[in-house]
Amino acid sequence: MSTQEITTETAVEMITITIDGFEVSVPKGTLVIRAAEKLGIQIPRFCDHPLLDPVGACRQCLVEIEVNGRKFPKPQASCTIPVEPGMIVNTQLTSAVADKAQQGVMELLLINHPLDCPVCDKGGECPLQNQAMSNGREESRFEGTKRTFEKPINISSQVLLDRERCILCARCTRFSEQIAGDPFITLNERGALQQVGIYEKEPFESYFSGNTVQICPVGALTGASYRFRARPFDLISTPSACEHCASGCDMRTDVRRGKTLRRLAGDDAAVNEEWNCDKGRWAFKYVNAKDRITTPLIRDESGQLREASWPEALALAAKGLKENRSAVLVGGRATLEDAYGYSKFARIALNTNDIDFRSRVTSKEEKNFLASHVVGTQINYKDLDRADHVLLLGFEAEEESPIVFLRLYKQVKKRELKITAVAPFASRGNKKLKAELVSTPAGNEASAISKISNLSNKSVILIGERLSESTGAISAAVALAANSGAKLAWIPRRAGERGALEAGALSNLLPGARPVSDNAARVDLQAAWGVSSLPSNPGLDSDEIIKEVEKGNIGALLVGGVDPLDISPDYQAIMEKAFIVSLEIRQSAVTQIADVVLPVAAVVEKSGTFINWESRARYFEAAVPDSLTRSDVRILSMLADEMESSINLPTVSSARDEFNSLGTWHKRESFTPVSVESTKIANGKANLCSWRLLLDSGSMQDGENNLAGTAHPSVAIISKSRADSLGVSNGDQIKISTPRGEIALACQIDSIDEESVWVPRNSINSKVIESLGITSGEVSVVRA
Amino acid sequence: MSEFHLEPKPSGAIQKAADQSVPVTGTEAAGFFTQLKGFWVTFSTMFKKPNTIEYPEVKPEVAPRFHGRHQLNRYEDGLEKCIGCELCAWACPADAIYVEGENNTEGNQISPGERHAKVYQINYLRCIFCGLCIEACPTRALTMTNEYEIADDTRQKLIWEKEDLLAPLRAGMLMPPHPMYPESDHHNYYRNEIKESHPSQDTKAGGEK
Repeated sequence: MSTQEITTETAVEMITITIDGFEVSVPKGTLVIRAAEKLGIQIPRFCDHPLLDPVGACRQCLVEIEVNGRKFPKPQASCTIPVEPGMIVNTQLTSAVADKAQQGVMELLLINHPLDCPVCDKGGECPLQNQAMSNGREESRFEGTKRTFEKPINISSQVLLDRERCILCARCTRFSEQIAGDPFITLNERGALQQVGIYEKEPFESYFSGNTVQICPVGALTGASYRFRARPFDLISTPSACEHCASGCDMRTDVRRGKTLRRLAGDDAAVNEEWNCDKGRWAFKYVNAKDRITTPLIRDESGQLREASWPEALALAAKGLKENRSAVLVGGRATLEDAYGYSKFARIALNTNDIDFRSRVTSKEEKNFLASHVVGTQINYKDLDRADHVLLLGFEAEEESPIVFLRLYKQVKKRELKITAVAPFASRGNKKLKAELVSTPAGNEASAISKISNLSNKSVILIGERLSESTGAISAAVALAANSGAKLAWIPRRAGERGALEAGALSNLLPGARPVSDNAARVDLQAAWGVSSLPSNPGLDSDEIIKEVEKGNIGALLVGGVDPLDISPDYQAIMEKAFIVSLEIRQSAVTQIADVVLPVAAVVEKSGTFINWESRARYFEAAVPDSLTRSDVRILSMLADEMESSINLPTVSSARDEFNSLGTWHKRESFTPVSVESTKIANGKANLCSWRLLLDSGSMQDGENNLAGTAHPSVAIISKSRADSLGVSNGDQIKISTPRGEIALACQIDSIDEESVWVPRNSINSKVIESLGITSGEVSVVRA
Repeated sequence: MSEFHLEPKPSGAIQKAADQSVPVTGTEAAGFFTQLKGFWVTFSTMFKKPNTIEYPEVKPEVAPRFHGRHQLNRYEDGLEKCIGCELCAWACPADAIYVEGENNTEGNQISPGERHAKVYQINYLRCIFCGLCIEACPTRALTMTNEYEIADDTRQKLIWEKEDLLAPLRAGMLMPPHPMYPESDHHNYYRNEIKESHPSQDTKAGGEK
């Protein structure tokens, strides 16, 4: 398919040039340095980066160039000059002039570069160190005193700058401006005093600041959390996948003596290019949190959790699940293999379809939509690259899927891709995307969506998981897609949700997109699993499961990585009635009420697969070798054996192989549109809307204070007219309350929809579900 | 398959080898002079100066540059010279050295500059005393002493920690952490310009006068 695409897309004009006596043909517009790479000729460089615009700042890549017999009088920077017909290039390998020029540039770069290598984090993996060895002189003729600065200074709480090490390549400033759209750093001053600086008024609170550390070719920018922790040769690097969101970044995890010390963005041109977000890069300390569970725990007669052996805990768990009607809550963070384990466990060991991976505010409409329009479909980043119009529904790209945001921003910058967002106000991310705002209060998305008309079959509709909170909105989006021919994509927030959907961890779906209601699909799966029957009645959603627990009809719950506070503040108390078997990595709201707690492995300790929103599988191996913890699927298999109804998935790879062998079913459930109900807000009240910020109080960001330092402040956003009627101005405290409780926050006046008030859903001082009990709807707003 | 089959050696070959061996001769007692010649070596040695050293009662002097156990040195004010850069660990061909670096902070200044070694271990089960670590050290923090009595009875005890390797505090030195000398930086320390500890500190408290 890909070769066909290349040939059918516009034919590229090829230009042949000679580099060091070798001919090479490259597409028109290719830079000389890139053409040389194609021949395997390495020209030294610092400022050049294939994903950033050329700038020619460091002058290290000087080569001799001759075009049609006319020679440039002086060596030229090969990173800024595109190839031309008849060009003859001589690099340092064949030209003494180029070699001498490069050595001279290197000598000048090193004049003010301190001899910090022994204490510098970059030492051992430093392009300056390496290229000073390969393309520099042994001796410097400089005899003066090196320029020094006070060091290091904090660019942000997580990025440190040693100004004297900087060689002014402008990679970091170009990245921030061109890729992230956060031009908060710039080059200040001139001459020898030129340095990277921050704007005093706007701190460097970019969600992508970690990439500047990764692309810095010297040790000028370093991460505060990794500073002085290790040397490159100490680390064992493992390709891994990011567990924080559904973008699906390729990652590299570096481990020293069983402890994860840093994570870097991997290089996958189809997904994250070479970037990732700060959460993926720095939020990994939760793995070593003090409240990690390392042994099975069971609740004794006095009601306290006590440590137990595996056989004792498994026997108790099996007994409890066998004696009661049981249901399964998977949580959105499981790998594909683990979710498949939960799915098979529910169907075989518990003989039920009462399983739901969605631990958030959900709807039946969403479940129907997932089973009919999402499962088994594929759409990818390339569709965003080619789209003529992208519609964002219940989806804040920068906060909820940062790599999707980067891709959209790239297209906005490159060709002014048209983006429309249905949201109550234009967030910072949407302003950067220059998105056209369809200002909509929460709950009224359906009517707003049905009014959108300017989509074509090259458009893409991105549906976030929050759209399920608004009745009828998904139905409106489905109708819009059907009418316009636009592609539909569902982007959940958590990394495991798409995989869990494919694995059938949902009450109306079996693994491989088999609808529960489809007899043929069920029989097919029965044959594959070698069982005589599978439950045929549609199961319950997470909300219904909890309600049945309250009524006493469901007596036991098998719970994965679920936080009941993501759904409702009441659920923890209700769930306490049931016998709970919890598979967790850390103490949580569920383990507090669980009867049996079984420890499982965190992502860096296990192998597995995450399926991102595109339906792209990213398989990873365990980064921490010899971990004593095991993946959920292994424990579920042991538990099923204990219950004498084996699911026969003893390893992660067996689960993956079995899942892959099932294939995808060809028929989907039909979609039943839900009628629109507009939310009406009583006079004098406000309509609450909220979403989670990328950096917030999420439990997987625990323990990383440097990262938390760049989280955006918790503010409530209100309209100008509301501020006037309350008599408040920017920064004044306001109180948002429901009968259940209240949130007090500083307010920020923005051009938000008149009736709406926005607060972050799970940030400091703003735990919306816990405090208010709702995620959207009627609240009262008063001055604090 | 037959080409890999091992043929048994014909027993005749062994017999042939036995036939060709030299017969044992000279089994009769040696003559008196022959015996005297043999004992002469023993006898004459009795009058030579013995080479034996009565170790451990007597300990021999080793060469001044003998590669003994390592020492982590201090500056004149007691701050550690080690900056935790791990170049020694990098240079070590036996993978005997383990270092973890850490930030110097206000209130926890262990060495001049920004960085010190939080963990410094040398595993003397692995060390081959080649001295490459000494060559690698950029601050002359790591040197070798003439001490060679390192043997011990457990493997655990042969992993020397930083406390075991650090040079003792000499007169005028103060146990870190303490601040750097006023208006100086790590360059002044490196050039050996710092001769006493921070004036605000009472050197008598830490150092042995």
